[in-house]
Amino acid sequence: MQEIVMPRMNQDMALLCLLIPLLPFIGFLLNGLGNRKFSKGLVGFIGCSTVLVSFLISIYLFLDFKANGSQAYTVDYYNWISAGSLRIGFSFLIDQLTLLMLLMVTGIGFLIHLYSAGYMSHDEGIGKFFSFLNLFMFSMLLLVMGSNYVMMFVGWEGVGLCSYLLIGFWNKNTNYNNAAKKAFIMNRIGDLGFLLGIFLIFITFGSVSYPQVFAEASKLTGLDTPVMIGITMFLFIGAMGKSAQIPLFTWLPDAMAGPTPVSALIHAATMVTAGIYMVIRSNVLFILAPTTLEVIAIIGAATALLAATIGLVQNDIKKVLAYSTVSQLGYMFLALGVMAFSSSMFHVLMHAFFKALLFLGAGSVIHAMSNEQDMRRMGGLRKALPVTFITFLIGTLAISGIPPFAGFFSKDELLAHVFEHNKILWGVGVLASFMTAFYMFRALFLTFFGKFRGPEEQKHHLHESPAVMTVPLIVLAILSTIGGFLGIPEVFGAEHVLGDYLAPLYTYARSINPAAFETGAVSHELEFILMAVSVGVAVLAIIIAYFMYIKKEEVPAEENARLAPVHNLLYQKYYIDELYNSLIVRPVMWLSNAVHRLVDVIVVDGIVNGVGRMVILSGRTLRYAQSGAIGFYLLVMVCSIALILFLNFFIG
Amino acid sequence: MITALLLFWPALAALLVLLVKGQGAKKVAFIAALVEFALALFATSVFNSQSGSFQFALNVPWVPSAGIGFIIGMDGISLLLVLLTTFLVPLIILSSFKHNYKDPGVFYALILFMQTGLIGVFVALDAFLFYFFWELALIPIYFICAIWGGERRIPVTFKFFVYTIFGSLLMLAAFVYLYFQTGATATSAHSSSLLAFYDLALNSSAQGWIFWFLFIAFAIKMPVFPFHTWQPDTYAESPAQGTMLLSGIMLKMGIYGVLRWLLPVVPLGVSQWTEVVLILSIIGIVYASVIAIRQRDLKRLVAYSSIAHVGLISAGIFTLNEQGLQGGVIQMLSHGVVVTGLFFIIDIIYSRTNTREIASLGGITQTTPALSICFMVLILASIALPLTSGFVGEFLLLSGVYQYNGWMGAAAGLTIILGAVYMLRMFQGVMFGTKSETTNSFADLTLNEKAVLIPLVVLVFWIGLFPNTFLSISEPAVHTLLNVIKR
Repeated sequence: MQEIVMPRMNQDMALLCLLIPLLPFIGFLLNGLGNRKFSKGLVGFIGCSTVLVSFLISIYLFLDFKANGSQAYTVDYYNWISAGSLRIGFSFLIDQLTLLMLLMVTGIGFLIHLYSAGYMSHDEGIGKFFSFLNLFMFSMLLLVMGSNYVMMFVGWEGVGLCSYLLIGFWNKNTNYNNAAKKAFIMNRIGDLGFLLGIFLIFITFGSVSYPQVFAEASKLTGLDTPVMIGITMFLFIGAMGKSAQIPLFTWLPDAMAGPTPVSALIHAATMVTAGIYMVIRSNVLFILAPTTLEVIAIIGAATALLAATIGLVQNDIKKVLAYSTVSQLGYMFLALGVMAFSSSMFHVLMHAFFKALLFLGAGSVIHAMSNEQDMRRMGGLRKALPVTFITFLIGTLAISGIPPFAGFFSKDELLAHVFEHNKILWGVGVLASFMTAFYMFRALFLTFFGKFRGPEEQKHHLHESPAVMTVPLIVLAILSTIGGFLGIPEVFGAEHVLGDYLAPLYTYARSINPAAFETGAVSHELEFILMAVSVGVAVLAIIIAYFMYIKKEEVPAEENARLAPVHNLLYQKYYIDELYNSLIVRPVMWLSNAVHRLVDVIVVDGIVNGVGRMVILSGRTLRYAQSGAIGFYLLVMVCSIALILFLNFFIG
Repeated sequence: MITALLLFWPALAALLVLLVKGQGAKKVAFIAALVEFALALFATSVFNSQSGSFQFALNVPWVPSAGIGFIIGMDGISLLLVLLTTFLVPLIILSSFKHNYKDPGVFYALILFMQTGLIGVFVALDAFLFYFFWELALIPIYFICAIWGGERRIPVTFKFFVYTIFGSLLMLAAFVYLYFQTGATATSAHSSSLLAFYDLALNSSAQGWIFWFLFIAFAIKMPVFPFHTWQPDTYAESPAQGTMLLSGIMLKMGIYGVLRWLLPVVPLGVSQWTEVVLILSIIGIVYASVIAIRQRDLKRLVAYSSIAHVGLISAGIFTLNEQGLQGGVIQMLSHGVVVTGLFFIIDIIYSRTNTREIASLGGITQTTPALSICFMVLILASIALPLTSGFVGEFLLLSGVYQYNGWMGAAAGLTIILGAVYMLRMFQGVMFGTKSETTNSFADLTLNEKAVLIPLVVLVFWIGLFPNTFLSISEPAVHTLLNVIKR
């Protein structure tokens, strides 16, 4: 956060900024209300073009920002909610972080919209699909553009809703609906944390707007005060939900029930990184609470490892990618925990490139295989799907951290920071990185190499996807190849473009804890060694995968086969879902029944009915004097007088 | 004058409706209710929203020798509730067009009589007048439930009757006691006007007693745990319009009673018992939400969800901070709009399938885009999704409770999670999945149904996007209220 945030009252700029989220919103309305009348082509055109224009405006804003001296500014639209001293404006903050997120969200978003036009072209509900996708863009853009925590929360819940709607897109299937509901509810658990964080921020700083909150926070002295730990832990609980960290991660693999472009856009490239965005945005607050940062680092590392181990044995191609996403998000939190905010952001960007690429590649495979996702039924697809294969290979190399692909630079930088901070966490990171390379190449080999294992007639239907789907793959493959040059390590004598760009965000944080932002604490020799280690383990993992799945042509066991205990434990995802079921879901259900049957119907109602019977009895008695309803009124009168007398006696 | 007009027009129209033979009564009633809404809009347009005092006031001696006056007037809080009432009543009448109730003249006349009672409650500035309208609003709804209700209507209405009589009794006793404590006026020894009650300076033990008498009276109406068990049964057995009147408008009588006749009248009593009330309210939120999860009947599910939402309103207004009070006011509007819409949708489903069991429904969304959108929007507002009306209210309420006590804020916040659990379960069970025998030929909304739902949906977004339209009307009144309490 820069120290001076100027409101810019320029009308044209205000309109331009507003158009970025507004255009996808208009697309949502058009496709949502008119989708049964529009042709599929028109639906796709509306969906894609609105996002494309938002992307172009974002580029313009990015350039304009630089041309005007890179000065952060806010754009105020109107006073949204005011109650007493709580004033929440509908306003945007434009700074380096917002702009980067804007480019990422609209850029990758556009590619995925384009891809969807091909992927969903046979689906009846394409209009509904594009309207939800556009609504997602709108919400995500509000999330990254808002200038206060409540605006962030608006986008935060909005993307959660879209995620719900899109996971359950094929809503005739009850499993998909349950997955959607699970995602929403788990996210809501996190959202409650976020909400409590907002309340505590308001109580502590008297405002929820970033510039005020951060300016006030920077005046605080003393680290780890209870209130700062409270605020940051609450916010982090929110981030856990949205970014699928332990213990709130089990919804993300289930979210793969949605159409594959949704998995790419929402459950890999953009929405799930919202938690990281939140922490970087609030870096001043987190710097003030080292304990929370410690917790974040540990949870991040644990998630990275846990998800990677599960990923080792999954057979559904999308599940593998889902667990790898959880694992990579763990890396990003690990980096946040050691205060390497820019490195985390670097990995967010690179991950967006290669994970979107991998998911879209998987989508292309699934498309060719007529919705088969089980890798045991694939094999040898590289001949039939050459473009998909090459691009998927690039994505795999990038995520495995092989130089010079994107993931190498970001992961390497991140791990170097972790090494400086804590050697054990670094070890965990390297181990997870080894597993990542293994399971990704396992997936690649099982899918594209060896013999085709599916049914014979399907073999003839295999086809490469149309250009509308392969072009986004190619663009993302190029980005995954060269993207890493945004952050070439200092050892190679280059400037860290991204790090320098983001530096003004940490002005306050740097003044609080200067040591955290010093660069070059690791000597050059050591840095080379670290690099060699991470590349070494990745190569080793690839070789092992090669021997297992290409040389020995191993195929994972069928569903009912007996697995070794450890293997089974991993395949069943450590039984965490079952654990949550018996610890939380079932007790709540039991309680619901018990409370209703016992307390409501027997106890409370019993008392009331008892009173009622008494009234009837006395009513019968009174009926000798009067009849019908008048009896009641008499009774009421008598009781009232008695009560009044009683009161006068007692109080008076 | 405008207040008196708002008050008496529905009663006059009711007499007119009684004279109309046959189903024409519904149209006459609808037009009358629209006129009433137009009156309320006019009142809003000339209302001075900078002022926190009572406007359009009328003070006619009623029983001068006893100091009882016919005193009416509106501040911002009253005005918003009058607006809500006059907005919902025509829609509720419109929603009944597809039914052909027996004795339509009586049915619609009762609805209009009830409206007079409701408006009276919201504008009365004299304790006995308030009590009079309170009872006046109840009588028509008893008849509506008892005559046009479901199979178990008689025992259920009786339970409802016992509860409310019990509450009324306590309130009357408290009012009489307070009345005898007031000082002399020019014409009488005591006065029952609101301002006379404000001027009372009772000792704190007396206030503690009176607090419970009034609180239980209002808590039954809202209802707050553990005074709620009349509600799911009554909602389930009432005809759809009765449920909409009860949940959309009538329960606001209880909340309004707290704001107008409890908090400022016995502030010392309030401060003694705030914690207990908050705990009861929060128990109610969690308790009702947990029960809602397993409900099989749609009406009962929404009834329990309503108890949970009202519990939060109750918790929020008793914190006596501005976020809590303003949140309570805006949430009353939102809840009225949303719950009316939800009960109407349940009525639509029931009238098409003859069932309200979630298990025997499903797959409806496949043939009903318009219904799906409206239903989804109302559900989202109910679970407080930002940019819908529910968010503004719950955000302010929870922030109020959190400021009072962090743990209570967190516990009350469970409604955010549990609300999503039961509402999404309901939506999924009814709308998603495969079609069942009962839903096979489910038709989308008719023009009449759209005419009811679209205004509700528009208001959901209006309150969600521009809550200050309403918050600014009630803000001065809330300030005045806080000043009276803290005098």
